[in-house]
Amino acid sequence: MPINVKSAGLATTIQDLGRPGYYHLGIPVGGAMDRLALRAANMLVGNDEGAACLEAVFMGPELEFTEDTQIAVTGAELPPKIDGEARETWTTLSVRKGQVLSFDYLRAGARAYIAVAGGIDTAANLGSRSTYAIGALGGIDGRAIQPGDAIPVGRDFRNVAEGTSVPRNLRRMPGNPAELRVLPGLYVHRVTEESLDRFFSDSWKVASEADRMGYRFQGGSPIEFVDREPPFGAGSDPSNITDACYPYGSIQIPSGTEPIILHRDAVSGGGYFMVGTVISADMDLIGQLQPHTETRFVRVNMHTALSARRVRAATLDSIRQTFA
Amino acid sequence: MAIHEVRAMMPGIFYRKPSPDDPSYKEAGDSVAKGDVIGLIEVMKSFHEVVADADGTITSFQADNEEAIMPGQVLAEIEV
Repeated sequence: MPINVKSAGLATTIQDLGRPGYYHLGIPVGGAMDRLALRAANMLVGNDEGAACLEAVFMGPELEFTEDTQIAVTGAELPPKIDGEARETWTTLSVRKGQVLSFDYLRAGARAYIAVAGGIDTAANLGSRSTYAIGALGGIDGRAIQPGDAIPVGRDFRNVAEGTSVPRNLRRMPGNPAELRVLPGLYVHRVTEESLDRFFSDSWKVASEADRMGYRFQGGSPIEFVDREPPFGAGSDPSNITDACYPYGSIQIPSGTEPIILHRDAVSGGGYFMVGTVISADMDLIGQLQPHTETRFVRVNMHTALSARRVRAATLDSIRQTFA
Repeated sequence: MAIHEVRAMMPGIFYRKPSPDDPSYKEAGDSVAKGDVIGLIEVMKSFHEVVADADGTITSFQADNEEAIMPGQVLAEIEV
């Protein structure tokens, strides 16, 4: 059963849980920016948690269904409409053959996940259907969806009752201001203590350039660096280092002005110092930040980071139990 | 006469001109046809045209050049 794309939205891509194992070759894991929302969308339509969905950013596509089926929209508050009639997010919805799914204006968050029973069944590249446009991998011909595309859908799913929904307390969204927990480390020794304190006390705003590769922030104080003799291979700019690997979630601050958090489509290495990394439990929240969102970076230690990871895993388990 | 609102489909930075040195696409008082470009929204390193979705006369712009805008925000009003 193909889904016909009538309009594509802004940069709507096919995403699953990504292709781990190739980052050392420069190919990022990719996959959903908000992994919990993708898993929940799949559970709502009886798919395996890691089935491929559409990730719509800031605005929705218009999709026509060619068979009766079930769908769900999770993540951002991007209100779905079926043949123009408003429907709930985070809920199992039935659609009939010939009906069209469209969306109202985005109310909160940034990325919505659209799951269809059976999952999107495009060809996998390196073990994943996730679209990595820069590398032309996954998706349809390695690109975002376009009007005229017919998206293939699988046939394997479990029945979920129409109207089933994920309890509100298990839907995770950033607060306002958004708070991202950060474990300082990596090249944090390049920054003076006072400057690091300011980095954590300042209020930042998401820049409009933020995308799947990285989220850029503006508005905080410029970083002050510890004096040094530039090491071999590093440039003269104090934010430069001898090229190194970039972890997912690492925060680089080129020239000490605008922090960039690397996300799912990250570059794997380069020559900017990193002040630390966003903890794994908060990576999903970044994917739900709109441009201009006020954001604070909160300093945590490894103990807090690991307990936050357990809390996040418990939330996912609670969602699973909703469907047990 | 009814007022039609042109709203932002996406968040980003609103621009009223194609480039900093060019004149604005449209001014208040100009007539527009459905499909005419009245501005740009910059987001995720790309620019997206904002088009009038009705024929009429622009009565006002509700967002300034280079203003940070939110989805659904009214950018301009058209008297149809």
